[in-house]
Amino acid sequence: MLLLAQLLNGLQYGLLLFLLAAGLTLVFGIMSFVNLAHGSLYMMGAYIAASVANSTGNFLVGIAAALAGCLAIGMLLERVAISRLYDKDHLSHVLATFGMIMFFNELASMVWGKQPLFVAIPALLDGTVDLFGLQYPLYRFAVIVAGLAVAAGCYLMIHKTRLGMLIRAGANNTAMVGALGINIKLLNAMLFGIGAALAGLSGAVAAPILSVQAGMGEPVLIVTFVVIVIGGIGSVKGAFYSALIVGVVDTMGRAFLPLALNAVISRELADAAGPALASLLIYLLMAAVLAWRPQGLFVAKR
Amino acid sequence: MNKLANMNSVLCSIALAALSAHAQADVKIGLSGPFSGPMAADGQEYIDGFSLALEQLGGKLGGQDVTVTQGDDMMKPEIGSQVMRKFIERDRVDAIVGLGYSNIIMANLRRLKDSGVVSIAVAGGPSPMAGAQCAPNVFSIAYPNDGSGEAIGKLMQDKGYKNVYLMAPNYQAGKDMINGFKRWYKNAVAAEVYTQINQTDYSAEITQLQLAKKDAIFVFYPGSMGVNFIKQLKQAGVIGAVPVYSTFTVDGTNLPALRNAALGVVSGNTWNPSLQNPQNEKFVRAFEAKYKRTPGTYAANAYDAAMLLDVAVRKVKGDTSNKAAFAAAVKAAGAEFKSVRGRFSFNSNNMPIQDYHAFEMVQEGSHFTGRLLATPLSNHKDAYVSACPLK
Repeated sequence: MLLLAQLLNGLQYGLLLFLLAAGLTLVFGIMSFVNLAHGSLYMMGAYIAASVANSTGNFLVGIAAALAGCLAIGMLLERVAISRLYDKDHLSHVLATFGMIMFFNELASMVWGKQPLFVAIPALLDGTVDLFGLQYPLYRFAVIVAGLAVAAGCYLMIHKTRLGMLIRAGANNTAMVGALGINIKLLNAMLFGIGAALAGLSGAVAAPILSVQAGMGEPVLIVTFVVIVIGGIGSVKGAFYSALIVGVVDTMGRAFLPLALNAVISRELADAAGPALASLLIYLLMAAVLAWRPQGLFVAKR
Repeated sequence: MNKLANMNSVLCSIALAALSAHAQADVKIGLSGPFSGPMAADGQEYIDGFSLALEQLGGKLGGQDVTVTQGDDMMKPEIGSQVMRKFIERDRVDAIVGLGYSNIIMANLRRLKDSGVVSIAVAGGPSPMAGAQCAPNVFSIAYPNDGSGEAIGKLMQDKGYKNVYLMAPNYQAGKDMINGFKRWYKNAVAAEVYTQINQTDYSAEITQLQLAKKDAIFVFYPGSMGVNFIKQLKQAGVIGAVPVYSTFTVDGTNLPALRNAALGVVSGNTWNPSLQNPQNEKFVRAFEAKYKRTPGTYAANAYDAAMLLDVAVRKVKGDTSNKAAFAAAVKAAGAEFKSVRGRFSFNSNNMPIQDYHAFEMVQEGSHFTGRLLATPLSNHKDAYVSACPLK
């Protein structure tokens, strides 16, 4: 039962990571663009959801607003700034998008203030489920269901629609897709917008669980990069499996590593080393994957 | 819009103070803290508390005009060191107020001590600063880091809890807090769990906690970590089912983001807006009127720091050039200025002697606030004073 509960925790964390990683890996894989500002879109999603949910009293409206808002911000950002950077090298991407992180953080604290925002869980999902004696938050179940639904939606979109076909084609050979008369500019903008909307959705879903404040996007961005490196850059399927792996490994490490260490070494030492080692675990995993399969576990077929 | 107008008025008053500074000899203050980044809400408290006191004192300290220079340490020790060096060497300030969190204080303790410049921490007091590395010019107007941990430890011992589950972030202040707690709480500890600093999701640890045998919980999660932790603890149905005790986890800076999630949580602190004394009522009323929010602990401490300096500057008749005499005046002023916490004075190691309270989070109408539950330690001195050579 303890294992089951921790698996659920890992699954929920993994699905939240997937929402972020899906957009990032597409942008990275297709446009070869390094977007450090992806975490800022997550933050904007959380802020938009929080303020709209608080003023309308309806969390679903907040989520819809975050989706629409981040789609708009993403497409605007692509047109105004990012599209000018495609032909530059990765270092320029990093510099420019790092600047955007600061821009968005400052924007958020100017618009919403430096105090963290409050978001209530919708009444319908507020409460716990009895999981064989353990009280498990209902909202986290809802996150799991919603995450799986979005993952299924992504699968359908990529494999069954024309847009998905273009995305897959673009991931293989962008120049050829352009040569065949597809408006690659529009495709890029849409892709970036969809990635931004998914990041915004992730932020909106996380808003009732986490502290909504400026700078909330950076810690999660780092883990998202780990996810796409493990999964294989450019592969949404890879991002899905790898997000789940990272979510579960991280959760299990935090839950059981200190206990396991306790059994082997003294309690004092285990207390100190446990959390440090647990937080290292996903990076160790990444290092191992890089050594074994540098292209990632589920790399897109070329 | 309101916020912008507020910010403008603060900037204007600082600019005006800076202009008038050139007219005559004056008191120069360096105000440092985490003014940007994830802890910026805490840093804003320093600025607002200190500015409010200055405004109430007519822009003067001890009758002298004041220049305030701000330095943003971004909660990073290396940046904090640059800020301190600039304050000491280039700005040649008469006093440094703020000093940021314990990591910044520890990185600069030596530099501050050597400079002889009056330095007043508003957000902490790491144990070395209270003990062997104490200095005549380095003060904490806040508390030794483990003070409130001691108070809650005593409270939980007195209440007869037999098996307490402990949690804190894995860094110096977290360990100090747990050690302070265990200095007074002598019964069994169900588990002692340390989490990564600035962790955002606690689902794994909370699941472990739910399944462990315990009769109460004691946690220390300051700032936005507290928002994340308490929200998730509430969502798992723990708050309300098991008594939750904490220090600095729930206060004015994050209560607006927590609202009813924190109801029933007991928080150890030296101050709360609900504390009843004339000085505090005046402070809270003016703060709420000016900034349209409830002040937090750091705002109260920064406000106290300005009031302390006001008395100290008056004691040296505005002549702050003799650093040792000014530091001695600050120490003596500790027992004379009117603190929003009520009774206050400096111990021989320049740490506060004060009361340590426990507040329970309650709802009054639409307003969430702390209600005084107990004062486990009154007129309390820290445990490190004997290691400090100062008299």
